Amino acid sequence: MLEIKDLHAKVEDKAILKGVDLTIAPGEVHAIMGPNGAGKSTLSAVIAGKEGYEVTGGSITFEGRDLLEMEVEERAQAGVLMGFQYPVEIPGVKNVYLLRAALNAKRKAQGLDEIPAPEFMRLIKDKLAFMKMDGAFLQRAVNEGFSGGEKKRNEILQMLVLEPKLALLDEIDSGLDIDAMKVVAEGVNSLRTADRSILIVTHYQRLLDYIVPDHVHVLIDGRIARSGDKGLALELESRGYDWILEGEHA
Amino acid sequence: MTVTAIRPDAPVPDQALGHFSAGFDAQAPAAFAELERLRQRGRAAFEAVGLPTRRIEAWKYTDVRAIARADFVLADQQGGHASPRGAELALALDAYRMVFVDGVFDAERSALSGLPAGAEVAPLSRYLSRGELPTGLASMVDERASAFTALNLAFTGEGAVIEVGRGVELDRPIYLLFVSTAAERAVMSHPRVILRLGDNARATVLEHFVGESGAANLTNLVGEAFLAPGARLDHYKLNEASEREFHIANFKIDQARDSHFSSHSLNLGGALTRNDLDAELNGEGARTDFWGLFFAQGRQHVDNHTVVNHNVARTYSNENYKGILDDRARGVFNGRVYIKRDAQQVRGYQNNANLLLSDRAEIDTKPELEIYADDVLCSHGATTGQLDENAVFALRARGIDQHTARALLTLAFAGEILESTQLPEIAHRVERRVAGMLPDRFNLEGLVELGE
Repeated sequence: MLEIKDLHAKVEDKAILKGVDLTIAPGEVHAIMGPNGAGKSTLSAVIAGKEGYEVTGGSITFEGRDLLEMEVEERAQAGVLMGFQYPVEIPGVKNVYLLRAALNAKRKAQGLDEIPAPEFMRLIKDKLAFMKMDGAFLQRAVNEGFSGGEKKRNEILQMLVLEPKLALLDEIDSGLDIDAMKVVAEGVNSLRTADRSILIVTHYQRLLDYIVPDHVHVLIDGRIARSGDKGLALELESRGYDWILEGEHA
Repeated sequence: MTVTAIRPDAPVPDQALGHFSAGFDAQAPAAFAELERLRQRGRAAFEAVGLPTRRIEAWKYTDVRAIARADFVLADQQGGHASPRGAELALALDAYRMVFVDGVFDAERSALSGLPAGAEVAPLSRYLSRGELPTGLASMVDERASAFTALNLAFTGEGAVIEVGRGVELDRPIYLLFVSTAAERAVMSHPRVILRLGDNARATVLEHFVGESGAANLTNLVGEAFLAPGARLDHYKLNEASEREFHIANFKIDQARDSHFSSHSLNLGGALTRNDLDAELNGEGARTDFWGLFFAQGRQHVDNHTVVNHNVARTYSNENYKGILDDRARGVFNGRVYIKRDAQQVRGYQNNANLLLSDRAEIDTKPELEIYADDVLCSHGATTGQLDENAVFALRARGIDQHTARALLTLAFAGEILESTQLPEIAHRVERRVAGMLPDRFNLEGLVELGE
């Protein structure tokens, strides 16, 4: 589904990614961990197409298409969706507008008609209930005045409605208390299907107690220094990152 | 250094009078002496001051030479317009309706039956044909204040006279539709709107300006509103004139004790638009709310001058104008809040926010606050900015294309003003125009409907 080969990227002339290789097959859940400054957020930003990141080498292929050649909205329409670490507040744009415009954009890209309003409302109400969110939320402006937990739930709600093929979750647990994290994790787990892939970027192992990954990668200094199964996350939890660094330099 | 004072009686050069002097002579003679005197008063005032130049502070950013150069004629009072295309732009509003085509009252398209007892709505021409001047006409707006108010007086002939008696509440809005047609020769019209609300009377009035594509006429309106104690007037102006139209409006409100005036000035059309809005708070407890939205693109120019005079203590005003400017459009906001000596416990708030969608668009904003009392609560502010690129990205990252993302955010900027309207038909029209008029037209109608 997603194939990253020898990816190099820089931000304001500073090289951040220095040859990342990563392959994600359909239905797999991958977690990327690593110390601060290793390039975790840069990697997800480059996949999503955020401005300000310059790719200097390598490639990203999504379902056989050159992802780096696609506009931000084309990536989303094709099924690559990013859940943000810091969701943006959009004053004056109601959640219901955003959800419907986004869903219709995706349908249009697939050659489908716009979703009829009653069908859309039924869909939204189901997903809201699942995320334990109030219906009044739809008429509120996107993320405006939301608590940290509400913002993250909103990101997951958007995923549930838009049903991506590849969900990128960037530090989705940051700023959440344990209850909010459980709701978010439950939302993410409900996204898991045989053909949908998930890439979780996280600093802490605790999220992985709730969303159990198939593969764990450790990103250090712009490269994947080690890959393993979920056991690697637990090892990192008890031993930190230093032992990998030492192994690298040995 | 030699300073040459400009004497008020110095002759005004011909070019400053444009072709209007010829228009005075061509005007059909007044039916009665009193009307003739009124028109002559206007003509004399106009010939004394002439059209404003940019050296005059109030016209610093607005150049009216194009109006001086044009050769406007009065529409033929006899000629009927079979079906002006602009009339299709009328709002489907359940309202008492008066229609004016190029300034001429169109009785057939108007519908005034069913007005409650105590309310009278009639075209100005009906008064004049009876040899009568309606109460209030030219009693508040000073023809010497501006060449355009003088011109309007000199061409006194048509308009709307609305009287709502003591305690009467109108069950439906009064809808004044002004249609401008693309005639062979550009026409001018000088409608006068007179609104008189008795004690505790209540009315909603909408002035709606539309035009056939290519209509390059001059509409020069003067409005005078008199609010008796406790009266409430909700006034809406929706300017959707053609992209070549010249539009000038001077609207003044005299507010007695505990009266409430609310204005929505929504400007989307016209090549050159100048709005002057002036509330006089003359009685304690009087309150005025000014809401404004202007959206200009291409080379449109829209100038809003507002004045709120807090002439007595315990009067209240709140003003919020928003401008959206694209391409090479230019906007002006000049808002003055004046608090007279010893007018204590006044509250006056003013805000102007502008959104520039292009590097070449321009806004000149000037909030003015003059306070001569010490126990008041006042604030004013002006901001100008661009769309938040992080928000654009966040929308695109959900698959929404660049143009729709920008339209949504632009609509969001205007949202505060639209949400304050009490007539949903107006808010919908503006929403669709703002979203639909953006570059590479797209359609947000489905979204707008869902949000209801």
